[in-house]
Amino acid sequence: MDLENTFKTGRWCKAIEVKDFVTLNITPYTGDHKFLEGPTARTSKLWDICKDALKEERQNNGLRDVDVNVVSGLTAFEAGYIDKESEVIVGLQTDKLLKRAMKPYGGYNVVKKALSEHGLEPNPIIHESFSKYTKTHNDGVFDAYTDEIRKFRSLGFLTGLPDNYARGRIIGDYRRVALYGINRLIEGKKEDLQKITGPMTDATIRLREEVSEQLRALSDMIEMGKIYGLDLSRPAQNGQEAVQWTYMAYLAAVKEQDGAAMSLGSVSSFLDIFIEKDIQDGKITESEAQEYIDQFVMKLRMVRHLRMEAYDQIFAGDPTWVTESIGGLLIDGRSKVTKTSFRFLNTLYNLGPSPEPNITILWSKNLPKGFKDYCAKVSIETSSIQYENDDLMRTSSNCDDYGIACCVSMQELGKHIQFFGARTNLAKTLLLAINSGRCENTGTQMVDGIPFIEEEYLDYAKIIDNFKIAMKEVARVYNEAMNIIHYMHDKYYYEKAQMALIDTNPKINIAYGIAGLSIVADSLSAIKHAKVKPIRDENGLTVDFQIEGDFPKYGNDDDRVDHIARDVVEHFNLELEKLPVYKNAMPTMSVLTITSNVVYGKKTGATPDGRAKGVAFAPGANPMHGRDTHGVIASLNSVAKIDYKDSKDGISNTLSVVPKSLGATPEMRIENLVRTLDGYFGCNAQHLNVNVLDRDTLLHAMEHPEDHPQLTIRVSGYAVNFVRLTREQQQEVLTRSFHETM
Amino acid sequence: MSPTENKLIVHSIESFGTHDGPGIRLVVFLQGCNLQCKYCQNADTIALKGGASTEIESLIKRAINMKTYFGDDGGVTVSGGEPMLQSKALIPFFETLKTEGIHTNIDTNGLIRTPEAKHLISELADLVMFDVKATTEEGFKSITGAKGLGRLLENIQLREQSKKPYWLRYVLVPDYTDSDESLSWLIETFSGNKYLEKFEILPYHKLGIYKWESLGMDYQFKEVEENTPEQIERAFEMLKPHFKDVIVK
Ligand code: SF4
Repeated sequence: MDLENTFKTGRWCKAIEVKDFVTLNITPYTGDHKFLEGPTARTSKLWDICKDALKEERQNNGLRDVDVNVVSGLTAFEAGYIDKESEVIVGLQTDKLLKRAMKPYGGYNVVKKALSEHGLEPNPIIHESFSKYTKTHNDGVFDAYTDEIRKFRSLGFLTGLPDNYARGRIIGDYRRVALYGINRLIEGKKEDLQKITGPMTDATIRLREEVSEQLRALSDMIEMGKIYGLDLSRPAQNGQEAVQWTYMAYLAAVKEQDGAAMSLGSVSSFLDIFIEKDIQDGKITESEAQEYIDQFVMKLRMVRHLRMEAYDQIFAGDPTWVTESIGGLLIDGRSKVTKTSFRFLNTLYNLGPSPEPNITILWSKNLPKGFKDYCAKVSIETSSIQYENDDLMRTSSNCDDYGIACCVSMQELGKHIQFFGARTNLAKTLLLAINSGRCENTGTQMVDGIPFIEEEYLDYAKIIDNFKIAMKEVARVYNEAMNIIHYMHDKYYYEKAQMALIDTNPKINIAYGIAGLSIVADSLSAIKHAKVKPIRDENGLTVDFQIEGDFPKYGNDDDRVDHIARDVVEHFNLELEKLPVYKNAMPTMSVLTITSNVVYGKKTGATPDGRAKGVAFAPGANPMHGRDTHGVIASLNSVAKIDYKDSKDGISNTLSVVPKSLGATPEMRIENLVRTLDGYFGCNAQHLNVNVLDRDTLLHAMEHPEDHPQLTIRVSGYAVNFVRLTREQQQEVLTRSFHETM
Repeated sequence: MSPTENKLIVHSIESFGTHDGPGIRLVVFLQGCNLQCKYCQNADTIALKGGASTEIESLIKRAINMKTYFGDDGGVTVSGGEPMLQSKALIPFFETLKTEGIHTNIDTNGLIRTPEAKHLISELADLVMFDVKATTEEGFKSITGAKGLGRLLENIQLREQSKKPYWLRYVLVPDYTDSDESLSWLIETFSGNKYLEKFEILPYHKLGIYKWESLGMDYQFKEVEENTPEQIERAFEMLKPHFKDVIVK
């Protein structure tokens, strides 16, 4: 099949422009889900094997197997299969199902630690190489870190920075391999390389080196395909190959890298074009089409990285963030929903609920009703999907071909990357303002120039002034750390396979983040609307706060406090925007915590909102547990007031409701969830996780994890197997506001 | 505190009401009730004291902020307690909601017959949901502590005559309201009503007992068992053929 004679031609034939191909050839689907098929016998057989392997993994402390003799890479392992005969989509990261591999370039110590936690050691030759001769990203960062950055990091002002693990967040345009074949991609990159000429500045030299690396990765990808008997040098010829080729491209990325989040992008409607053609030609049945997607998704569910236990505190449940974005509209107003969009969601029935791939619905009020209803049904029945506001993101960036990196971050596919930056603890930053710039736990001087507060009761105007000084300084240190991290990551652990599938000089945004927003908002509200008296120890550090009177709390659709939250986000973002960024990346910010809200809480003393020392933060931009007393929509509306323009990397919100609160009948529940999503996004909100669960189910799963191996719950921006969370994190999920009113 | 023209005495607010009228609703629970039903689920709303005096304007702002969620049929429901006790202040509230294009609904026991209450029933409210507590005056008294069936029927009649939609809600209390005679009376009395859009059967449950206990009050229906599925099914099957839309909540 010659693709140019098969499909509508356009710019995509002359240049690498997958989006143009999709726009010209997509077949939007407006019907309902009734056409979907169940799993084939082969798929069920494979999934049974996977389920056994997953059980073994759980029983074996989260690690089924690991190769201590090989440094992972595109061609490092022989072919691996689940059950070769039953597989229509092949390829594993290593030569065995759920066997993990070492990727030491992010940080060798982390690999060693992860192994030693399981009583293992790396092969001595590898050990010698990485301890004597090979420098890693982690080594580089710590060579450059200042004492000040170390201090902010170790005391918990900056947490989860990707300085000892891979940064992730880059989305290769994996579709390119299917549409063009690798030979054509090599040609393109060679042309690019020729055009990168002098004067030989830092940037030019670096870019030449990077493109050369990418070329090497592309050749390796061809070799990797050969291991599985696939000729990736040419374009895919049919639906099965399109899925297979796309998966191989993704597989190359996860063989080379172990980034925190390695999203897939938005492949479903691209693949649909090939699948639809096969169906039109009578070559395959619906059942076969579903089989491709089921098996593809199964493979994505089996992606693993080697992690140490400490990593689990910030990213609990062993997530990989294979985020696949589905739906949305084209700029011309047509829907991007295809039958394959439905087929992806249908995997949650054919294979059961699962956190991965992290299925993300790009919601528009103009999506077809059949699709909206199906999404709501899937949410209610599996709690496995999340939603992001396509109308907001598409129009504000004039882009209709994007994926979500990790949880909430928009990225134009193949044209745009981001530098991940974890987050800063804004609640601790506020405490600096009340403790003359000292850490509330240790008394360490963090920020100079903040006067000591003498008054018995906190004065709002003074605290705001001090808080601004603190934010400015924290932003400065944060920015310095980020620049060092990304400089070193490029140098020692450059994502050559992914970058080979992205334009040579992409747009870059640097993704800062904040945690503790609801605590800051409530604290400032308490100071402003009630009387707050700090209780100090002998060193003058706050140990507690006495609050007299009531105050408006974030999460109740009350502007008096919601605008404080909004303004803090705006202000901190403005501080960050002032600072110079490595590679001239554009500064952006998110309000997102992943599961680090628990560990952040531990590191933060008592706060003026009445929160005791050590208590977990609310996740993302969520209101604090139990303080949103006016029901779901008031709570959503408070979050919706945070302006997306101030937090372009995303604003995460998690909604947990019991089924009955959505309505009396299954139909009403679907209808009301659709309305809730339309309503929330109609207020220009950006992101929503939806959990529809009974608290009793979670309690039962805590006591009997073996009965709930696939119980999935959405946390800040991703989903996890509930039974794989630590007990502490499970407790945190349980104390979170479950809206139960009927 | 007593209600004034621009304030309502509010017990609590539920912004995600999915069980008190059509669609997603802002439900404003008002403080105070003229009855004292033995099974009241919101015992803490009965007392005429307490509640928070709330500017109507702030409630309207809440409702406006919820417009994107309302879709074609959502809106505002006032419930309680007995909202008609504050009918005077409800009039400007509903009038403003109307100009904002927001659907209004009253969840009432239907006993109050002040001119303002009548105006709300016959004119202003887009929907009225009447609680039918019992089918005889004696039954009514044994559940609510007072007689009132006659006034309720007059108000329902007023709504019917004004040709505006309304719903009836009927709590199915075993041995109190679920006899064949009671159900037949409902059919005889209401099945001919043209503007009765929906008949909701509310199974009896005891979820609100804790509120009585926390108020230090005695829950007098302790011995009454919750309905069996068969009892609910029987009532549903009996009523279903006679009304446009019968649902069990
Ligand atoms: S009328 Fe309603 S609020 Fe009043 S006592 Fe009876 S059940 Fe409770």
